[in-house]
Order: sequence, then C-alpha cells, then structure tokens
Amino acid sequence: MKEKARLDRQTIALRVAREFQDGDVVNLGLGLPGLTSNFVPAGREVLFHAEPGVLGYGEITNFGEGDLELTNASGQTVREQPGMCYFDHAEAFVMIRGGHVDISVMGAFQVSEKGDLANYMVPERRVGVIGGAMDLAYGAKRVIVAMSHTTKDGKPRILKKCTYPLTALNSVDLLVTDLAVIEVTSKGLVLKEVAPGWTPEEVQSLTEPTLIISPDCQEMSLI
Amino acid sequence: MPINKIVSSFDEAVADIEDGATILIGGWGIAVSGPSLLIEAVGRKGVKNLTMVCCVAGFGKEVWAALGAKFPEDQDLLVRNGQLKKAITSAPVSAIYQNTFERLLRAGKVEVETVSQGTLAERIRMAKAGLGGVYVPIGIGTVMEEGKETKIIDGQKYILELPIKADFALIKAHKADRRGNLVYRKTTRTYNAVMAGAAKVTIAEVDEIVELGELDPEVIVTPGIYVDRVVERPRNVKEEAVERTAEAKESYEKFMKRKGA
Repeated sequence: MKEKARLDRQTIALRVAREFQDGDVVNLGLGLPGLTSNFVPAGREVLFHAEPGVLGYGEITNFGEGDLELTNASGQTVREQPGMCYFDHAEAFVMIRGGHVDISVMGAFQVSEKGDLANYMVPERRVGVIGGAMDLAYGAKRVIVAMSHTTKDGKPRILKKCTYPLTALNSVDLLVTDLAVIEVTSKGLVLKEVAPGWTPEEVQSLTEPTLIISPDCQEMSLI
Repeated sequence: MPINKIVSSFDEAVADIEDGATILIGGWGIAVSGPSLLIEAVGRKGVKNLTMVCCVAGFGKEVWAALGAKFPEDQDLLVRNGQLKKAITSAPVSAIYQNTFERLLRAGKVEVETVSQGTLAERIRMAKAGLGGVYVPIGIGTVMEEGKETKIIDGQKYILELPIKADFALIKAHKADRRGNLVYRKTTRTYNAVMAGAAKVTIAEVDEIVELGELDPEVIVTPGIYVDRVVERPRNVKEEAVERTAEAKESYEKFMKRKGA
C-alpha cells in the first residue's frame, strides 16, 4: 500500500504559527521552528526572541544580504525592525528562565505522554547539543514541539516513556507533527486535529500511548 | 598617570597566558562575534592544557570564511592545534556535521563538560558578581542534576550551580576607550558582555579604539573596570581567500539548505 502524504516542513511551520497570539514573545529553536516566523498570521504583532540577545527581530534575510552581526540563534542574518532591542546572553536567559517568554517552539527526537522532552542527544553519539533547550523547556510559558510523527523507519516518536536522554520533564504543551496536532493534558494526550486524509485511528496506530480523541477532533484547516 | 589599557599587539595582549589556564572565549554559536585575533595569538603562543569556556566548541576557519567572516578563526584553532585539555560548553559538537572537537573527544584526547546555556551564562556571571553559587531550576530529572546538591525552595526543586573561575576572558567588542569602556554591535554583545570582568584578566579585541569621551555614557554596555586590556583590529582588511575543505563545503551547503528550507 502506498504511504499517504504527510505535511511538509513549511506546512507544519504554518500550523505552528497559528498558535502565536498578538503580543506573544516567541523563541524559535533550530531548524523547522525557525521557519514559523515566515507564517505569522496577518495583523498579529509577535516579538521574536533569540538567545544571542535580541528581541523583536525581523525576517531572515537572503544569504549574503544581511548584517553578519545581527543574527538569530541559528546564526542566520535577520532584519532590523523598529522597536527591537539588544541585550547580553545572560539577560536573554533571565527572560527565558524568569518566565518572560510566552512560547518556545522546538524540535524533538521523542516526547512522552506526560510531556517529557528528549531533544538534545541521540544515545549512540554519547555527546549532544544542549544549547538553551533545557532553559526554554522549563521557562517558556508554553512549549510547542514541531516534529515528524515517526522515525525514518516508521517507529513512533511519541512514547509512553522517552528512551533518549531527557531535556526536561513534563514540559511540552502542544505537539504539531506531520500527522496531527496533539495537546498534552493532565489526563493524557488529546488528539485535536489530523492531517488531511488521515483518520484518528491511523494516527493512533503510529503513536505508542493511547490518545484521547477530542470530541471536536477535525481535519487540520490549512487555509 | 592616565589610565591606559590599550596594548599595541595581539601577541602582547596574551603574553601572560600560561599552560593550564582556564579561558573564557566570547562570541555566539555560528555567528560572527568572537575574538578571532586573540585566539590566533593564543595559537601562536602555543600554550597547552587549556580549559576553554565558550558557547560552542568551534567550527573552523573554512566554515567562517564560507559565511563571509573577515577574521575567520575561532576556538577550533586551539582544538586542532592540540592546545586544549577541556571544554566547558553548551554545544561541544555541531548538530549538522562532525567538528574537530568531536573527533578529538572520540579519540579520548579532550574532555568535555556540557552545560545548559542559561546555566553556563549564569555560572560565568556569578563569578563576575562574586557569588558562591546559585540555585537554578533548570535540568531537574536530567543529566544536569547528577552529583549536584539540590534544595526545595517554596515547593520547587533547584540545583546548586557553582561559579566558573577563569584566568582570562577573551572577548570581542565594537568600540573601546583607553579606560576599557565598551560598546558592542547588534547581536555580538551576547557572551562577550557576560564574560567581561568574569575572569582575573579580561582582554577585549575591538574594531576601533576611540578617544575618552566619545562613547556616550548613557550607552556604554561594559563599564571599563571590567576590562584590563584593549587591542584594536587592523582596519580595511579584505576577506581572505581560504581554501575550503570538503567538510567545510558540506557544512556550508547544509547551512544554506537550512536557511532556505
């Protein structure tokens, strides 16, 4: 049987960006999360925060066009915007740890049904990039994980218990994958949306813990 | 005698760094913001068994040149020269390719202490602030908690983190005056401003040294008392043509792809 189409990275980013509300302070992790800044819903004023020490930066520039001394956390050059400000790295983490950042969007290797997060090290490598992930997972008011639902060989990455080294316990609030939108609640994982063409049963079959299917569960609207 | 922290050469600026020193190195990840010429001078000095404290363990000259840095050297120089004993860092390896540090780590030639970024910044800052330790809520239930004292305060568990005591801080700023007052450009403030004053000796590499009074007191970021030496970069330097290794090319291509993704 031919594998059904899943959401691509851009579309996952688009869906994540719908979560950004007017006035939110949002920190974006490396990779896919960074793309979400391109999809902020029209009319919403969102302040992007980055760990080098900047708040309120603009869009990512084309390669070679920006100022090399103005970058996001990934080192990508970004545009200046009115009202932005600079600060040092310790201050950037005062903002994160102190609960002044509303949303953190991160990637993950694994997430557990309790919202435990594993995203800094593949065990075989024995060394990993912790970066600011532990601080963000603790400090951001809301942690959104954007990731592919399964590993490359089709195994679930949403598990009863993470098997990879943990970044943080009990920290993820929302999962946006290439198959579904799932909310982490005290009762368990609630399936809220499925990718177009997918059924809740199919999503469940690729998810280790039992999903609570929301009575309002619907196909993701991407328009 | 007027205070004068200006030194005339990079070699002179690092002349008293000895074997076994612990060095804070400023700058952010893969963003042009580090003290490249001070690192080169430490490389020329050839001191060994260094412990470096930094955001990342380095990418190497070719990667920086590919990104367009005019002064493309980073701490990877000290790693590949075999001058390093240990790195204390939040990102010892690269998420997209194998850096020199990871190769030496696998060969058992260097040691690593991986620290969550906010905690790394705070451990540096607390040394500067004269604190004996700080209770942080980061890393509970993870490897960061192992072997450390914990405490429950108001029902919340915290880990006691201790200051990182360093001999030298090598930082990069935009402008300085002879008293060592510093301003930075845009996101290059990052670790540089945190590390200023956090070691026994702080050495600032700057784009420009200006006359006393030219820096607006309202916007000075690092007060001069945190800085011991300032040294100016050569001006009007053209981008160096650096031959790119296959590995650097691969990393650069992945970086480009990630940008455009």
